[in-house]
Amino acid sequence: MFKKILVANRGEIALRIQRACRELGIKAVMVYSEADREAKYVKLAEEAVCIGPAASALSYLNMPALISAAEVTDAEAIHPGYGFLSENADFAERVEKSGFQFIGPTPENIRLMGDKVSAKQAMIKAGVPCVPGSEGELPDDPVQIRRIAKMVGYPVIIKASGGGGGRGMRVVHTEAALINAVAMTKAEAGAAFGNPSVYLEKFLQNPRHVEIQVMADKHRNAVYLGERDCSMQRRHQKVIEEAPAPGIPRKLIEKVGERCSAACKKIGYRGAGTFEFLYENGEFYFIEMNTRVQVEHPVTELITGIDIVKTQILVAAGEKLPFTQRQIEIRGHAIECRVNAEDPFKFTPSPGRITMWHAPGGPGVRVDSHVYTNYFVPPNYDSMIGKLITHGDTREQAMARMRTALGETVVEGIHTNIPLHRELMVDAKFMAGGTNIHYLEEWLLQHKR
Amino acid sequence: MDLRKLKTLIDLVSESNVSELEITEAEGKIRIVKGGGAVVQQVYATAPVMQAAPVAVAAAVVAEVVSAAPVGHTVKSPMVGTFYRSASPGAAAFVEIGSVVKEGDTICLVEAMKILNEIEADKAGTVTQILGQNGQAVEYGQPLFVIA
Repeated sequence: MFKKILVANRGEIALRIQRACRELGIKAVMVYSEADREAKYVKLAEEAVCIGPAASALSYLNMPALISAAEVTDAEAIHPGYGFLSENADFAERVEKSGFQFIGPTPENIRLMGDKVSAKQAMIKAGVPCVPGSEGELPDDPVQIRRIAKMVGYPVIIKASGGGGGRGMRVVHTEAALINAVAMTKAEAGAAFGNPSVYLEKFLQNPRHVEIQVMADKHRNAVYLGERDCSMQRRHQKVIEEAPAPGIPRKLIEKVGERCSAACKKIGYRGAGTFEFLYENGEFYFIEMNTRVQVEHPVTELITGIDIVKTQILVAAGEKLPFTQRQIEIRGHAIECRVNAEDPFKFTPSPGRITMWHAPGGPGVRVDSHVYTNYFVPPNYDSMIGKLITHGDTREQAMARMRTALGETVVEGIHTNIPLHRELMVDAKFMAGGTNIHYLEEWLLQHKR
Repeated sequence: MDLRKLKTLIDLVSESNVSELEITEAEGKIRIVKGGGAVVQQVYATAPVMQAAPVAVAAAVVAEVVSAAPVGHTVKSPMVGTFYRSASPGAAAFVEIGSVVKEGDTICLVEAMKILNEIEADKAGTVTQILGQNGQAVEYGQPLFVIA
């Protein structure tokens, strides 16, 4: 087992990893930019290293600074968290070449899943259901492009291979608009990702976003830890997540879950990962895989009783998965509300000093946040300041506990999206469950302030 | 922590200029504050308590020495790494106290990821303080020299 891990991230996930290390008796070295000097986990740290100025490029994305910090503190492993360099195959490679264990998958697997075309091809080979499409990079010949689109059926979506997470995409409804759309997407992709390669998929009109959490060790064991429904999104950013996905038959989940764990074994995956799907009319369609721990991991932890971050560390240290597929039981329902420092209806960012922070509590309430009263939310990073998660025996109980928890939460000094969450948690359609990925944006249009 | 060790630490604090000493070890944490009669706090918790003071890198002992603020320009480390005063072990240090430097002169090395980075004086003047310790880890922004 590791004696010391460098936590190469910030915010609530840095605190989460620090907590997991503490439980395992591992020393956690925290890093911070000059803007994060007052972070809670820095104050709680046994060791902390300032790695750069506020700008992410010079701090949290600064590979030499992070690896150097691990060197000078004699860390044995580096946990990249989520975002930043967590899915950067070059970073994973450099970490390992420098003699540290990267807590995550191999650089090869990160590369495989990072390129959306190669990821899809690997999934097709592994028997994971995919969105019908070009099954590879789109050729240059317009005649061929039109043929593929016609075969798939309009509307179609053009996606950048180097994109992902909602970036580098364009929907096409008619053949007349097709060739121009492809050209524009290629040009944008070349500029944004340095890779003009694009592919084509059928555009699903009313899908839900349902993802499968997997966990694999270095001994060819892989399991799936149930699913999450993350359909409540705004501009491709998740706002509310829950587990299990309401109204999806368990047999369907088992079937796709087993394909995912089999795919993990096939590609020699290790660590935590998430297979993202669009779910429509009883069918799952693979869109991409995230090779890291995700923001919404707590809902899975609450329904399975498994500590995902601790398991990541155990697996990276070479231990066998401490559970088999059969031992995984789904119990109850969990919901997560992402708390962002922003105007709840205009979405303008609201950094600044939190003059009063009062977190909720009680049975089935979990708060994952690094903020505290008088903490200054820096303007340099994304706006998420914490997550409010509830668990109940039923979805109704989880929602009731969330309504109570949201009612108790006080944040003064900055704006947060708590008022929005309070309205969504009593929305009839959300409460009924099963809303699709367009629902929140439609709701926001209808409730424009 | 045994009583003999504790007594040694208390004596150390009393006899020196150190006003506050805090040590964290496997058995717990101890903080000795010099004031009218040495006050000793021992915490047997493995759960750390929020501290108002920042935690230094790679130092198990944090000693707060009360000293005057440096007059002049402080050269800060532009990166995380290991601080070296000379080009190689045994060679003469780049600068000593009293050395006169021009802007751009190499005054030390910071090693990061097996690369020795030359750190240059960003101001001309005389080196009045050397704050970095040879062979010790430094973090971004850590004061290394004072040039007046």
